[in-house]
Amino acid sequence: MLIECNNICLAYENNIVVKDLSFSVNKGDYLCIIGENGSGKTTLMKALLGLKKVEKGNISLGEGLKQNEIGYLPQQTGIQKDFPASVWEVVLSGRINRLGLKPFFTSKDKKIAEEKMALLSIENLKNKCYRELSGGQQQRVLLARALCATQKLLLLDEPVAGLDLLVTEEMYHIIYDLNKQKGITVIMITHDVDRAVRDATHILHMHKDKVFFGDKAHYLECDTCRQFTENEAESGHGCCKKGGCHCHE
Amino acid sequence: MNEIFELITQILQLPFMVRALIIGVLISLCASLLGVSLVLKRYSMIGDGLSHVGFGALALATAFNVAPMYVAIPVVIITAFLLLRINETGKLKGDAAIALVSASALAMGVLIVSVSSSNVDLNSYLFGSIYAVSQNDMYLSICLSLAVIILYFIFYNKMFAVTFDENFARATGANATGYNMVMACLTAVTIVVGMRLVGSLLISSLIIFPPLTSMRIYKTFKKVIISSSIVGVVCVMVGIISSFILNVPASACIVLTNLAAYVIFALIGSMKKKMLKKA
Repeated sequence: MLIECNNICLAYENNIVVKDLSFSVNKGDYLCIIGENGSGKTTLMKALLGLKKVEKGNISLGEGLKQNEIGYLPQQTGIQKDFPASVWEVVLSGRINRLGLKPFFTSKDKKIAEEKMALLSIENLKNKCYRELSGGQQQRVLLARALCATQKLLLLDEPVAGLDLLVTEEMYHIIYDLNKQKGITVIMITHDVDRAVRDATHILHMHKDKVFFGDKAHYLECDTCRQFTENEAESGHGCCKKGGCHCHE
Repeated sequence: MNEIFELITQILQLPFMVRALIIGVLISLCASLLGVSLVLKRYSMIGDGLSHVGFGALALATAFNVAPMYVAIPVVIITAFLLLRINETGKLKGDAAIALVSASALAMGVLIVSVSSSNVDLNSYLFGSIYAVSQNDMYLSICLSLAVIILYFIFYNKMFAVTFDENFARATGANATGYNMVMACLTAVTIVVGMRLVGSLLISSLIIFPPLTSMRIYKTFKKVIISSSIVGVVCVMVGIISSFILNVPASACIVLTNLAAYVIFALIGSMKKKMLKKA
């Protein structure tokens, strides 16, 4: 078990956004978190990253995974849009968790940064200015930075937001390969349910008070779960109770 | 050419000019280094806000007959911490918080000065008095600014990561709050020391101008930092020397030199862009 969440509750001030959520992620899994805006997806991700306090319950990391070994691809912030930084500077900053008290990066850090850039085929952009890249290139750079921080687990917050169709497809492909070929566990927030169903091994569907968590096969079998968002009235009952799949009301 | 050379040797023989130049160069180096991070983090006006707080603290210290620097530095450091915290919790936005604190501190300072009827020269705090810096003040300024510069280089990589993407840095285990505190501390020291130079009304120009000027041409963090320090130092030197020659206030000269540099860089920047488009 890489990550295990036990009955966690997350809240902003006094608004509870996530209530009694339990799920677990194993090594090599590809978990997609889907759900409407405001269903608490990003909040959950922040909690997994240790950026947000858990009100109740607990999140435990297993298999020797340390909190600082999680790679994170956040949504872009306004600050980054006009930030003067070269691709190299951005990718290398992914090694910040290995700096500790040292003030400067070692040649090992630089070598790893170069490897990750090669992996995502952005070596040729090394000295380019980050803000002048296309959206897809920027996401690759941020993904390379995330890979610099981790060998084990990637958390992606809507990695294809704002990208055109072709680039979106490319991005999904890269993530799929990282999961299958490099064995990196992936947890991804996405709005794209079809795509989630195609690539993911597990699905976490968050919708107000109701939550589905289980593997993909069960998600597809479970009609009520699939139509969570469309038929609210019906989804209150008869949710599938098969092994490995839990629906909470 | 000979005339300029003669003038410079003449200036270097005046002890107050040498003091002014040394302090000017060091402070502007600190301000332009820190300024890059502050401007990018949308804290441009923090220099303005903190310097007004510094003014309030100085007025208070003079009223109670305490050494001004020993009151002003801790008070401004605490305010800098609080302003950064306010931005993190997000109820009051950073710019509004800075404006609030800045105006209140200035008002309090003016009130204290008038009530205590001390002979504080309001003008010199608001507009600086670089030519009136004492020997002791100079040593203190040199120590503080060297500390700021050394700490900045030690924390350079971390500053970049935290400025570019605080959430990522935090998520991968960097102590972002700690680095923000370091930055607040360095900023506070720079501002209190720098108030002597251009005064509290114009100190923010030392922080804002060199980074903005450099960003018109350079596009990587390292180049912006290097160019910003050079621009800051050159502008202060040109400003001080021309203020001496023309017999006008130094603070105004420094700010206007910075403005001129900005205009020149902006022109070169847009010319470069046009040439790239044509090519």
